[in-house]
Amino acid sequence: MEGSNDLVVGLTIAIGGFGPAIAIGLIVSKALESIGRNPEAAAKIQTVMILGVAFAEAIAIYSLVTALILKFV
Amino acid sequence: MSELHISISAQPIFNLGPYEVTNTMLVSLAVSLVLVLLALNFLRLLKKNPQTRFVVVIQTLIESFYDYVLSIAPHHARKFFALTASIFLFVLLGSWAGLLPGAETIGLNRVYRGQVEFVPFLRGATADLNMTLGLAIFVMVSIQLYGYKQLGLKYFKKFFNLTNPMNMFVGFLELISEFAKVISFAFRLFGNIFAGEVLLAVIAFLIPVVASLPFIGLELFVGFIQALVFASLALVFANLAVTSHH
Repeated sequence: MEGSNDLVVGLTIAIGGFGPAIAIGLIVSKALESIGRNPEAAAKIQTVMILGVAFAEAIAIYSLVTALILKFV
Repeated sequence: MSELHISISAQPIFNLGPYEVTNTMLVSLAVSLVLVLLALNFLRLLKKNPQTRFVVVIQTLIESFYDYVLSIAPHHARKFFALTASIFLFVLLGSWAGLLPGAETIGLNRVYRGQVEFVPFLRGATADLNMTLGLAIFVMVSIQLYGYKQLGLKYFKKFFNLTNPMNMFVGFLELISEFAKVISFAFRLFGNIFAGEVLLAVIAFLIPVVASLPFIGLELFVGFIQALVFASLALVFANLAVTSHH
């Protein structure tokens, strides 16, 4: 698209990053809470937490890919 | 900003008849070759002398990954191990190949689509949507095959269930979600690795020395996590497919 300007590209990643940021915050806060309650399970919780963070991050990556396509293609 | 070189798709280095051989194809061939040579060397040393340091290191890696597979799919670990471990190793080395010194920086200027373009010789194998989409399709098709082998025709009842309208609708959603998984697999891996390469390019463009060093560490971590996520998701979906429902 010729018409997409820098503002559109910036807004794409800004709005797209908003949800995942909250999601990652929630995931990590819950994980830390449960590690605090049960420190022995820290290793197990950490693995699942990183998987969950990667899922949430994927949504931000979709909008990043969209922004990159708008910018460079 | 005219010097900043970012290309969203892999670029062809040379043409082989009607086919274009791109830089990611070369890197993925090299990664496969390295893995095959490592495996052959491991097998040869294992028969001769199992106490070599090389053998012990590889065995430890394989065993810890097997334990991980066992913790997710306790009943089918043996069946899924080969697929997930090879995906993990290939994606890991394919992503890390893009961080090698000289990757994305050493190349030649080539006339491409009517204009002169800089084409690097090396580019991370998974920073190409074709590669990740191919991997994703391969994984999803093998998951369907695992499900069919385990449950027979009963497996497809998940998608085509005509007993009542509600089940039919749920089956339709399941069918769509199988295709959505392919897209999700492909874009997650491509997006993460490509975003990492863009980040490194931009940082190196702004501050040419030292500054990109911590980001290379970050990208090593991201490559590992994404390889792990790709393999674990394949494992989880495969485990769901072979589990009989209702």
